[in-house]
Amino acid sequence: MTEATSTHTAPRARRASTGERLLDITGLSKSYDTVHANTDITLHVERGEIVALLGENGAGKSTLVKQIFGLTRPDEGRIVIKGDDTPIKDPKDAIRRGIGMVHQHFQLVPVMTVAENLILGHEPVRGGVRLDLEGARAMVRELSDKHGLAVDPDAKIEDLPVGTQQRVEILKALSRKVDLLILDEPTAVLTPQETDELLGVMSELAAGGTAIVFITHKLREVLAVADRVYVLRQGKVVGKVHTDETDARGLATMMVGRDVVLRVDKEPATPGEGVLSIRDLVVRDDRHLTAVDGFSIDVRAGEIVGVAGVEGNGQRELVEAIAGMRPPVSGTIRLGDKDITRSNAFDTNAAGVGHIPEDRERHGLVATYSISDNLVLNCFDDEPYSRHWIRNTGAIREHATALREEFDIRSASIDAMAGSLSGGNKQKIVVAREMAARPRLLVAAQPTRGVDVGSIELIHRRIVEARDSGAAVLIVSAELDEVLSLADRVAVIHAGKVVAELPGDQIDRTEIGRLMAGERRAGRRLGVPPRSVDRSTDLMEKLNDNS
Amino acid sequence: MGGFSAWLRRQRLAVGTSLLILIAAYVFYFVNQAVATSMFSNAWFFAVPLVLGALTGVVGERSGVVNIGIEGQMLTAAFAAFFTAAATKSLVTGVAAGILAGVAMGAFLAWTTVTARMDQIIAGVVINIIATGITSFFYKSGAQLPANMPQWNLPLLSSIPLIGDTFFHTGPIALFALLVVPVLHFALFRTRWGLRTRAIGEYPSAADTAGINVNRMRFVNVVLAGILAGAAGTYLSMEATSSFGRGITAGRGFLALAIMIFGAWRPLRVVTAAMFFGFANALASQLQGVVHTPQQFITLLPYVLTLVVLAAAAGRVRAPAAEGVPFVKGEGS
Repeated sequence: MTEATSTHTAPRARRASTGERLLDITGLSKSYDTVHANTDITLHVERGEIVALLGENGAGKSTLVKQIFGLTRPDEGRIVIKGDDTPIKDPKDAIRRGIGMVHQHFQLVPVMTVAENLILGHEPVRGGVRLDLEGARAMVRELSDKHGLAVDPDAKIEDLPVGTQQRVEILKALSRKVDLLILDEPTAVLTPQETDELLGVMSELAAGGTAIVFITHKLREVLAVADRVYVLRQGKVVGKVHTDETDARGLATMMVGRDVVLRVDKEPATPGEGVLSIRDLVVRDDRHLTAVDGFSIDVRAGEIVGVAGVEGNGQRELVEAIAGMRPPVSGTIRLGDKDITRSNAFDTNAAGVGHIPEDRERHGLVATYSISDNLVLNCFDDEPYSRHWIRNTGAIREHATALREEFDIRSASIDAMAGSLSGGNKQKIVVAREMAARPRLLVAAQPTRGVDVGSIELIHRRIVEARDSGAAVLIVSAELDEVLSLADRVAVIHAGKVVAELPGDQIDRTEIGRLMAGERRAGRRLGVPPRSVDRSTDLMEKLNDNS
Repeated sequence: MGGFSAWLRRQRLAVGTSLLILIAAYVFYFVNQAVATSMFSNAWFFAVPLVLGALTGVVGERSGVVNIGIEGQMLTAAFAAFFTAAATKSLVTGVAAGILAGVAMGAFLAWTTVTARMDQIIAGVVINIIATGITSFFYKSGAQLPANMPQWNLPLLSSIPLIGDTFFHTGPIALFALLVVPVLHFALFRTRWGLRTRAIGEYPSAADTAGINVNRMRFVNVVLAGILAGAAGTYLSMEATSSFGRGITAGRGFLALAIMIFGAWRPLRVVTAAMFFGFANALASQLQGVVHTPQQFITLLPYVLTLVVLAAAAGRVRAPAAEGVPFVKGEGS
């Protein structure tokens, strides 16, 4: 674990090649209808090696590994596993041949226990019929001891935090005696601590002789653990390098196909009059526990205020309260001189609040509507998009065409279903819609979660532009680096309260880490050594973490 | 045995309810032996097709296939059993034909919903309509069974007071129902088949990536569940009444669905739920002479009870998460 954290500034030492090829892919192609998901892909993986597949959303990484795991079949090309080139029939066949996969969406039955999930598909039985659950528990304990992945075999999956669920997924793969472990975006749902822990586990597995194929679009993780990288773009391998021969900028350029500005360029803020003013806000969560507990903040026109904190400290409830989705218990929320504490989402929107929700699938889009309809969700009822109660299709389409251009939403047409787009493009629809309304206040929760480098760059630029044209912006993000690079002022939230407000240009990462963990400013150390990250390596750090 | 006491603790509600009913019944038995015995027998008599029908639903839904065609499956089976027995003058062929009819309807459901990925609710409705159509069209009055179904007295067991008369003085299908419940319960929660069945009904893509053929397993389970629906129908026309009338099932297939939900998709609880309905019905028939209410109101009782029970159970029990959703390989992951 500590090894993984400390390595992400310096590239790891190159591992000696073992020469034994576990996986050898040549000339692989796969199309869905008219889309070429993979074109002529050639790559190999050796025993004990960590290979990263790096690429933007929709670059064809998942399609590629699905074929290795037998979930779909290639149209052309060969996949050779340990010298055996018979096609992989199905996951069962892949498992039999020593391939394990941890899926992006966990493949665990939520109502079953850890032990039951681990044995699914290769259940031990006693007397020919009866499930040997005792044996299953023993197996879980043995595996978790061996790999240092602690889990309770009798816990139900749905009661476990995401990080632990992922541990179960990895144990599940290991229980099948894998030689090649595929991890599909394993860090997408993890906190930074959980991520570091996972990277440590990966290094240990590789040291024990397991080959790992690791899908990601986070450059930092690639540089931290991978030995080699294949960069994919539009279904093709556009680059293959050893991690010790490259850096974040080089990888990002390969991914996007052009130079990427990973650093957010912005002028100092020129704040105007106060826009958002929150006083002593108390909000309960779904379980009726107090999540936001006396939160106060001011955001002025023309400035970006970031809320930094470990996830689950009331950020979600705070954003929902401002957006009118969750009535607060007490306290006030004022927009200018208007009290919007009790406004519903519709009135809040009408009052001039733009909201980029944390969960775009549930709250940001209607997946079955077209792009153009999604782009008017916040104004479909207003002129010119609706006239005398009748939708004005012409104006809606014009609006959509313009925004598609401006926000680089990549789709076949503005009539495509929003649900059919990649995560990054979905997010651009939400951002485009909320910004097009020229809100007085923009509340952005996790504005770039699960979004690729190119889209992150665009979204960040637009947010800064909104600020420059006089909007007040509140950014809530779990990515500390996103908050640090965008915000003019940072409020650290812990247990539903602001524990510190710091100016954006002079923040010490160690200090902020301590504040996020709930330690007081003067900070006695609570047994947690500060991360050995230095502000002087700032550029490198930003490069890595913005991805 | 640690496993058993843990099980008892988890199932204390179900076990407690059953024990309570039993104790109340025995108290009643010492007050009025004749009435108690008749009520208990009546309850089980009414509950048998409901248990079998509900278990058909349990197997289907636990594997992810909603079956609202149980009514039609039972009706077709009742019809096939009765008229085959009458035509061939053989009870055994009759029973076989009934079960086969249930299986055939199950296969139809499996083919439409699993293979052709048709909407499961519509497929069930289609089965019900087809069943009503076929059984009315080919219905002939005047047919008779060659003999009544045998009634067995199981040695020793049948001499237990109350319970013996109810459960162990029995016809073959009622006995089958009695035996299939614990077997299915064990199979569902303690065997490889059960673990996989529950997995494909809860989160099929997890099962798929673990190397289980989801659609094949769903198909087989739905077809096999047809045996239970077939037995339920056969019970109605051959064991319970020795006659077949149009619409003989009278909504019992739907009642069975309510019992499946009330029984939380667990075979042992399903029996308790079915007995609850059985008692309500037995009570209604007891009241018939005593209270002056039109008979229609009394026969209405089980259906009113269904509404009440479902309203009460709503939100307390959780259906298999993937029921009703066709599984398409590669989409979930």
